[in-house]
Amino acid sequence: MAAILPPDPMIQTRDTMTNESPQDTPLTIDGTTYSSRLLVGTGKYGSWEQARDAIEASGSQMVTMAVRRTNLGQNPDEPSLLDIVSPEKYTLLPNTAGCYSARDAVRTCKLARELLDGHNLVKLEVLGDEKTLYPDVTETLKAAEQLIDDGFRVMVYTNDDPLIALKLERMGCIAVMPLGAPIGSGLGIQNRYNIRTIVENASVPILVDAGVGTASDASLAMELGCDGVLMNTAIAEAKDPVRMAGAMRKAIEAGRDAYMAGRMPKRAYASASSPLDGTFF
Amino acid sequence: MNIILNGENTEVGETASIQALIERLELTGRRIAVEVNEEIVPRSEHESHQLAPGDQVEIVHAIGGG
Repeated sequence: MAAILPPDPMIQTRDTMTNESPQDTPLTIDGTTYSSRLLVGTGKYGSWEQARDAIEASGSQMVTMAVRRTNLGQNPDEPSLLDIVSPEKYTLLPNTAGCYSARDAVRTCKLARELLDGHNLVKLEVLGDEKTLYPDVTETLKAAEQLIDDGFRVMVYTNDDPLIALKLERMGCIAVMPLGAPIGSGLGIQNRYNIRTIVENASVPILVDAGVGTASDASLAMELGCDGVLMNTAIAEAKDPVRMAGAMRKAIEAGRDAYMAGRMPKRAYASASSPLDGTFF
Repeated sequence: MNIILNGENTEVGETASIQALIERLELTGRRIAVEVNEEIVPRSEHESHQLAPGDQVEIVHAIGGG
């Protein structure tokens, strides 16, 4: 007989008595409900058209943007990001990417709020090192506190440390976004046990942000119980970004369904799929 | 009058208000945000806010990013 392995913390099994999986509830962030659990960035695309088509194919309803100096003397007819991803159609998530201090991150958020007519939902990201783009957690905590005090709704990028994730939630961050691997690395989820623990502890949405390289990485994040995934490079740097965006949409949906369905337990040995009764040999 | 505009020392003539600076830079009607000496100047104050020599002015917009 096949031995059943001891309970695996990775496996979210469902009630075997009723054999029913629970009803899913859509992702809700800052009072808005999203049918898509995929959030995408708008950087690194070859053209505006490619960015627009990839975002469309991803099915995403929330997209990130950056705030930078206006090119003075530029062609006044050149389209801006907000012409491609209109704030009427998408929830825009200004991102403090590129900031290495709490001070710069807070300044960036204030400029974003002015730019978007008082919109106060932001993605806080304070980096500590150019080589790894790893989050500077102490500066992140400092910036989060100041932003929350100033009325911002903060979705926070952090490392995959369960204690820090919980601390950020308790401070009042409305979503916590641990990295799967360094930004733009495409290495996939490096510490699935930490991501799983962060999900288990949380009562705000947990979204894997950074590190996804291909569709299976996105599925894994969702199978671990994450509420969503935010990615940019995995789509923008694919050979065919529009096709990859569609693949990611399906991977996110498949991973979520697999999580809700409750996977089978892992066994050390085989378990025959055909009945053993009635064999004639 | 000289100001530091987006990090560059810039001569802006007799330009006195933020609004006048925006017009001079042909940025009228574009989605931008303005900061003077690290403080936001809300759109509603662009006309009334007077620039002073040496002010550090940042004019930013939204671009693609992760």
